[in-house]
Amino acid sequence: MRLLTEIGLVFTRQTTLSLRSPAWIIIGLVQPVLYLALFGPLLGAVAEVASFPAGDSWQVFVPGLLVMQSLFSAAFVGFGVIAEQRNGVLERMRVTPVSRLALLLGRVFRDILVLLAQSLVLLAAAFAFGLRAPVPGMLIGLGLIVLLGTGVSSLSYALALRLGDENALAPIVNSVTMPVLLLSGVLLPLSFAPAWLSGIASVNPFLYVVEATREAFLSDYTAQALMLGTAVAAGFAALGLFAGTRAFQRQVT
Amino acid sequence: MTYSEPQSPGTGIPMLATEGLKREFHTRNGTVKAVLGIDMTVHPGEIVGLLGPNGAGKTTMMRMLTTLLAPTGGQARIVGHDLRSDPAGVRGRVGYVAQASGVDPACTVEEELVHQARLHGLPLRRARARTADLVDSLDLEGLTSRRTGELSGGQRRRLEVAIGLVHDPPLVFLDEPTTGLDPQSRSNLWNHVRRLRDTLGTTVLLTTHYMDEADALCDRVLIVDHGAIVSEGRPSDLKHEVGGDVVRIEAPGDAERARSLLACHQDELPGVSLVERADDTVRILARDGERIMVDLLRVLVDGGVHASGVNVSRPTLEDVFLDITGRSLRDTAPLTASAPGV
Ligand SMILES: Nc1ncnc2c1ncn2[C@@H]1O[C@H](COP(=O)(O)OP(=O)(O)OP(=O)(O)O)[C@@H](O)[C@H]1O
Ligand SMILES: [Mg+2]
Repeated sequence: MRLLTEIGLVFTRQTTLSLRSPAWIIIGLVQPVLYLALFGPLLGAVAEVASFPAGDSWQVFVPGLLVMQSLFSAAFVGFGVIAEQRNGVLERMRVTPVSRLALLLGRVFRDILVLLAQSLVLLAAAFAFGLRAPVPGMLIGLGLIVLLGTGVSSLSYALALRLGDENALAPIVNSVTMPVLLLSGVLLPLSFAPAWLSGIASVNPFLYVVEATREAFLSDYTAQALMLGTAVAAGFAALGLFAGTRAFQRQVT
Repeated sequence: MTYSEPQSPGTGIPMLATEGLKREFHTRNGTVKAVLGIDMTVHPGEIVGLLGPNGAGKTTMMRMLTTLLAPTGGQARIVGHDLRSDPAGVRGRVGYVAQASGVDPACTVEEELVHQARLHGLPLRRARARTADLVDSLDLEGLTSRRTGELSGGQRRRLEVAIGLVHDPPLVFLDEPTTGLDPQSRSNLWNHVRRLRDTLGTTVLLTTHYMDEADALCDRVLIVDHGAIVSEGRPSDLKHEVGGDVVRIEAPGDAERARSLLACHQDELPGVSLVERADDTVRILARDGERIMVDLLRVLVDGGVHASGVNVSRPTLEDVFLDITGRSLRDTAPLTASAPGV
């Protein structure tokens, strides 16, 4: 009960502050719509190729975009906490008895709220472009995105608190998100990939989430890929929360 | 309400007790021993000042005592809770005003105060009431809906102090609370701290560079230098220990020569125990300053040094500090004379 109140406190403050400088949220909304508009039309031709996965090009492309959005939206949240660390606000919160998990979860929930808003905009835009997918499938997809976003944003906080410096965080985040994205089959399905490349990609949790979301969009709710992707996303979220809580707990050593 | 003398050491359960509390930092250029192993005790209702120059280790001590920084050695018990095994128990019972800012520029004064109170577990209604109290007593009226990024430095400092006090903690750590405040705000804050102690019995540990602050506010002063407590006592006792008077002779441009002249003739000057220089001032400790002044000036005149001003005073805490560390508080460089090797 106390924990919920505390999460609520942190969440409310973080959300209020985000709304006061909404530039990041707006950029996050515009980016996937640009991808849809500028990249989506190219896919029609690619979808004719034999090794293209089942479903029409939108059913393949939009799940990937959702995952990409959750990666980019959540990977950079650590910058905010570095600013809070720098101006002493975080320290001031850490001398209160508030639970360290609440310090993390209040922030993560704010990030999830932002991510869900962005995802809904993306789905609405995709519908306008021609995506047709079942509502339960899209809801499952959003659930997977929430798990993934939870993991990514927690890890971003953990890394940010450990590094304590934007200039150290930026190159790491950039150099991690880029291969993760390419190796998740977001832009082009990995069914195109040569064996060595799909071998490397098989250790990328994002790949499984993308594939699971695609199954959900095809309303194949019992597909093995969907089960596997859900388990991977849940495990990833748990790992992130563990690392993130540890980072908020840690005294400077 | 009147205040009775702080409990003498050894009676009652201390608010704060440390044993060999120590902190080292490992940096690229080697190990910095910021706090060497501090033993200290603070009793309920005491106002204790940590006095020391830049880099003495004051902030490091406070950050350890507030659970923000893990000690590399030693123990502490704070408000009945063990610092190492029960940091969460310590957190709810202390207030901390850090040396550097702790407010979000995009939040308003009221939001910050209410939020901090809520994080400490106060229900909304009480959080609002406490906010109103503190806004009133720390002169923040009319600023409550202002974003903190739009406050003046002194206004922001008062807000930061209010944030640290918002949950009425029994023990408060104030790291240079009055830095950046105008004289009126300073004395207002002093009054506020005294009132806290007198009405609620709040215990206060504060750091300061200002001698007058330590003198006016603290029941007891711990003088810290290079990570260790080098002296401790009531301000009046410490000043008494310096003994005698302090004579200051101004000799712009010629002070070093004045110092060496007086040092050479020290055996002809009865009761003079120390001669040293800081900038254009030669400082002399003497048993009877009034009487020795004539002799001091005679030595200088004979040596052809022109003194532009002479002043005799009772020792201040500044003199106590100089005496103990060989350095002045403001100027951390060693003095020319009698600086113990550091
Ligand atoms: N994070 C850190 N890493 C390395 N060294 C540090 C760190 N923090 C403090 N120090 C060093 O520890 C020593 C004590 O610093 P501290 O901030 O405690 O001094 P202080 O007494 O508060 O000084 P001031 O009056 O300037 O505030 C200094 O030499 C400082 O450089
Ligand atoms: Mg300091």
